[in-house]
Amino acid sequence: MAEVKERKKEFKTTVDGIVVNRVYTPADLPEGERDSSLPGEYPFTRNIMPTGYRSKLWTMRQYAGYATVEETNKRYKYLYKQGQTGFSVAFHLPTQMGHDSDHPLALAEIGKVGVAIDSLQDMEELWGGIPLGDVSTSMTINATAPIILGMYIVAAEKQGVDKSQLMGTVQNDLLKEYIARNTYLFAPEPSMRLATDICCYCAQNMPKWNSISISGYHMREAGATAIQEAAFTLANGIAYVQAMIDRGMEVDSFAPRFSFFFAAFSNLFEEVAKFRALRRAWAKIMKERFGARNQRSMMLKYHVQTGGCTLTEQQPLNNVVRATIQALAAVLGGCQSLHTCSYDEALALPSEEAVQLSLRTQQIIAHESGVADTVDPLGGSNYLEWLTNQIEEGIQKYIATIDEMGGALEAIKNGFIQREIRRSAYNYQRAVDSDEQVIVGVNRFTTEEQLPPGLLEIDERVAKKQIERLKSLKRMRDKRKVSRVLDEVRQVAKSDENMMPVLIEAVGAYATVGEISDALRDVFGEYKEPSGL
Amino acid sequence: MPSKRIRVLIAKPGLDGHDRGAIVVAQGLRDAGMEVIYLGLRLLPEQIAEAALQEDVDVIGLSCLSGAHLTLFPKTVELFKERSNKNVLFIGGGIIPKKDIPKLKEAGIAQTFGPGTPISEIANFIKTNLGEGE
Repeated sequence: MAEVKERKKEFKTTVDGIVVNRVYTPADLPEGERDSSLPGEYPFTRNIMPTGYRSKLWTMRQYAGYATVEETNKRYKYLYKQGQTGFSVAFHLPTQMGHDSDHPLALAEIGKVGVAIDSLQDMEELWGGIPLGDVSTSMTINATAPIILGMYIVAAEKQGVDKSQLMGTVQNDLLKEYIARNTYLFAPEPSMRLATDICCYCAQNMPKWNSISISGYHMREAGATAIQEAAFTLANGIAYVQAMIDRGMEVDSFAPRFSFFFAAFSNLFEEVAKFRALRRAWAKIMKERFGARNQRSMMLKYHVQTGGCTLTEQQPLNNVVRATIQALAAVLGGCQSLHTCSYDEALALPSEEAVQLSLRTQQIIAHESGVADTVDPLGGSNYLEWLTNQIEEGIQKYIATIDEMGGALEAIKNGFIQREIRRSAYNYQRAVDSDEQVIVGVNRFTTEEQLPPGLLEIDERVAKKQIERLKSLKRMRDKRKVSRVLDEVRQVAKSDENMMPVLIEAVGAYATVGEISDALRDVFGEYKEPSGL
Repeated sequence: MPSKRIRVLIAKPGLDGHDRGAIVVAQGLRDAGMEVIYLGLRLLPEQIAEAALQEDVDVIGLSCLSGAHLTLFPKTVELFKERSNKNVLFIGGGIIPKKDIPKLKEAGIAQTFGPGTPISEIANFIKTNLGEGE
């Protein structure tokens, strides 16, 4: 029989991804290596829970925030009305970077990529009319996470809700900041101290709170492949677990409240396999490396965001299709929580219309597609199981390399992880430039551009408004109390005491994000990472 | 036409930390034969202007994805021009809505190159426009 010509010489899952064969059979899954665990059974490949989405759908959690607390509070209420089931706070860059809105570096950035939060007063108003004891809130905050978590705790207290009742997460993942996201403030050692301060404090005081969201999403967005995303995240996870153990914490006392955050890109099978491989790999790490005994310490819980960098400015409606495929991959992969990007997000923060459609995407998958009605529906596919094994192997190889270097922190300091990601990013660019990697609407199937109507714009008046709020707050508060508590912040920073109690006190006195961060800068200094380029 | 290698400074003003594009462009322009200085992140416009002066570059590439470009890019051009008469080529990238491009051009940014731009397009633009500048 004449050989049938194929479209390409070689098919890969993604640029620098896994080579894909024509067809997969049981022969591709060696007898001895078959994983026949059921959902809810170690190593949890198929799902951490036996009933999956049959008992509870994933949390529909749209990352949102812009301008001031007034606009964001309104958007949060809108999202809830449209059926979202968890909150996710986007803070503007100054808050993330420990600056108040009146700082020189802050002025151009006020309210542009998230809500402006300078003080507890802002945090209290952010949640006006939203009962913090009844909702789950994820806050994407890292270097200034201890301060922001402190504000959330006090804001809840003022609503009459004790911190032991609070449900949610702080991202609090400094390692990936050095690798890819770049909102670190201090050097790695003080950063790890602050991060583990949060984890210890939460382990002891906030049983319903996830103290960290160890993230691969940002590394993937920076150009990492699926295997790199998975491997580097787990390597960072190992570093955090070890850091907690080094502080004298028993692994089962905190690991059940470690959570993760991954991307979902468009190669559906690669993504589903990635999530399954991650569950299996993490379970083994927790049991074998760290001796966890509580099953919950071994269960990988994670939030997913559909791939932001896959969205195109060209032909924005194509992005609806991309987000749908990616959301489907996340659900087939068994995520606990999901954000779907909006079609206008290559151009701006999502408009109301666009974000409504993002939620509808999740809701249609949940209620009309049937994929949530049985657990791990793709399990047993020869291709999927083979791919899961390939990704797990890739994860293990990288972790072994990083172990040899002395762990994730060392691999970051010597630039290994950053170099791997940058190489993948560059190869991807070359593949797109040469049309080897097709991006529909960008390098093939192009048309005349048309902007979608009603793009969200951040008014220049927002900056003025926020600066006025800040000035007014500084006039009204007890200056001496603030000054005293900032001294205490410095004292505690110099010691090895957990910083959370003094930070809670500081935010309660209405010390600002910038003031508290500056007090920490006084002690830890600000870290300037060499770019290595 | 300049016979020595074209010198390019790439920098990110403001607080935005998304450096994938800036880094890929830096590497791409190096592969295209240019000398590229990647200044990094979290820079004030004055720091970029000062470095560009010290390094005597021919091109300054600014990257911003946080929506702060309308303030930061023109400010950087202004501060550089205060320091130097050299006819440096300014280019920009990141998330820049089309409607902002005329304002940026008025402020001295010759061209912006957003996501999806082939590196060769940027390299060719630089080579073509520098030839005219001299």
